Amino acid sequence: MALTTADVARLAELARIALTPEELERLAPQLDVILDAVASVSEVATADTEPMSHALPLTNVFRDDVVTPSLPAAAVLAGAPSVEDGRFRVPRILGEGA
Amino acid sequence: MSAAILTATASDLGRRIAARELTSVEVTRVFLGQIKRVDADVHAFLHVDAEGALAQAAAVDARLDAGEELGPLAGVPLALKDLFCQEGVPTTAGSQILAGWRPPYSATVTQRLLDAGIVILGKTNLDEFAMGSSTENSAFGATHNPWDLDRIPGGSGGGSSAALAAFEAPLAIGTDTGGSIRQPASVTGTVGVKPTYGGTSRYGVIAMASSLDQPGPCARTVLDAALLHAVIAGHDPMDSTSIDAPVPPVVDAARSGDVRGLRVGVVRELSGEGYAPGVEQRFGEAVALLAQAGAEIVEVSCPHFGYALGAYYLIMPSEVSSNLARYDAMRYGLRAGDDGTRSAEEVMNLTRGEGFGDEVKRRVIIGTYALSSGYYDAYYGSAQKVRRLIASDFDAAFEQVDVLVSPSTPTTAFRLGERTADPLAMYASDLCTIPSNMAGNASGSFPCGLAPEDGLPVGFQVMAPPLADDRVYRVGAALERALGGGVLTDRIAERWTAGAAPDGSAPDDTARDRAEEA
Repeated sequence: MALTTADVARLAELARIALTPEELERLAPQLDVILDAVASVSEVATADTEPMSHALPLTNVFRDDVVTPSLPAAAVLAGAPSVEDGRFRVPRILGEGA
Repeated sequence: MSAAILTATASDLGRRIAARELTSVEVTRVFLGQIKRVDADVHAFLHVDAEGALAQAAAVDARLDAGEELGPLAGVPLALKDLFCQEGVPTTAGSQILAGWRPPYSATVTQRLLDAGIVILGKTNLDEFAMGSSTENSAFGATHNPWDLDRIPGGSGGGSSAALAAFEAPLAIGTDTGGSIRQPASVTGTVGVKPTYGGTSRYGVIAMASSLDQPGPCARTVLDAALLHAVIAGHDPMDSTSIDAPVPPVVDAARSGDVRGLRVGVVRELSGEGYAPGVEQRFGEAVALLAQAGAEIVEVSCPHFGYALGAYYLIMPSEVSSNLARYDAMRYGLRAGDDGTRSAEEVMNLTRGEGFGDEVKRRVIIGTYALSSGYYDAYYGSAQKVRRLIASDFDAAFEQVDVLVSPSTPTTAFRLGERTADPLAMYASDLCTIPSNMAGNASGSFPCGLAPEDGLPVGFQVMAPPLADDRVYRVGAALERALGGGVLTDRIAERWTAGAAPDGSAPDDTARDRAEEA
């Protein structure tokens, strides 16, 4: 078994996804099967093969530094879950007693 | 009258609107009526923007009445996959995490549609964040295949393909990351093309895997798809991976359909075990038709295509885990559990746990694993090398032939619920389509008949080198002509348009009643 339930719980924590115990029981075996199936890539990936990250030969794109209009703040804040004084209102970002 | 409008091609509607034989408002009303009449059964749409569509139609009519020359699709209605931002119109990506969100801006593709006078009827259903092959991963319920309502319409763009097949729209837009335009087209008997990567703008398209995602046209005929392709394609400074080159001559190619002397390579690895007999039979017949039309057929081997699925399910989730980090419950979308005592991190965890469905969670977790230190080289690194090998297979093949062909997907539409408990079986739907996303070349799916065993549509995939999108349309058009018998979806037209009221309003009976009578 490549992935244990404990591994999946740790990965979900890193990915900031709260999983219920039922979800963990359901997803962990599926993820193990998926990972096992995709492991075949290492069979053909030899040391002399150059990795390819993108379909296009990318080069940096430059443009003139021209001022263009931005979205109005009100339009952006309209989609926010919580707003206060023209700003995003967010839960506390420091731990208790910090 | 209204049934004739529902089954007309987009190019024909555009021509008649331009000639002022029809108004865009009249045509738009007919399609809104059809959606009202049949969409309870099909569930192609997540949101119907009747008011906005009629306003756009009225504006196009006014411009045409004033003598303005607009493009060939001006005034023609379209169904937009709910992955594209449209200013002020609900955009969900099929996810609870974006339920109710209205974007403050429009995607470049959305804007180009509107600028061309195309009328956007509404937003179509999809697997959550375009992750799936059946629309069953949508947080808002599955879409049903108009050929058989118990079967899947493909995915992720099943809403767009079903809208076309049920005559709810003559045009639609999709996105294709691993087959999300081509596989739905295949199982609904419609046309769908994934342009060359960088050929259409990703700006304002909700991202899944940025190195693979590509918007593209969906329609019932090859020419309609090409006309739509020409509207949305072309360089966009807002997308850093947009190609600054002329759009390939797709419309000319679709009108020509001349394949004399064209070298067509049949990919040996995309056949055999796992492929339905009816799919292989219709595919083989279609290849023979192309030979009769003057194409030169050769068998080609792409030895690494067998590893594409594995590499895809490492590269794509890795990009997913990174792209979906933006759903942090802070600036837009869902926020769960913010009771005043919890920290931002706790709220983030709860929101993503509540707002994401199973498939999204699976992919984010696989991606997080594949990118973690200690596993990076074995998984993500190896997958990137396989990606290189697949692109090299294409390069070698395109030295011998002008296009490659295969079935679009190994089977016809499977039953709703059949593969939901088995992610690997679901992933196998994209076996034939994934290589083109990995290499970034152009690729399309075209109807090539019905499988004898179940009477369901079979798709024919055409793959062309990067920026040779026109070859995809040339072969598609040749096939459409050679098959004869008209447009494939016309075989279910009677079922979906009989009883459409002349004024486009919804009668009392439902499409399901008629389907059962038939």
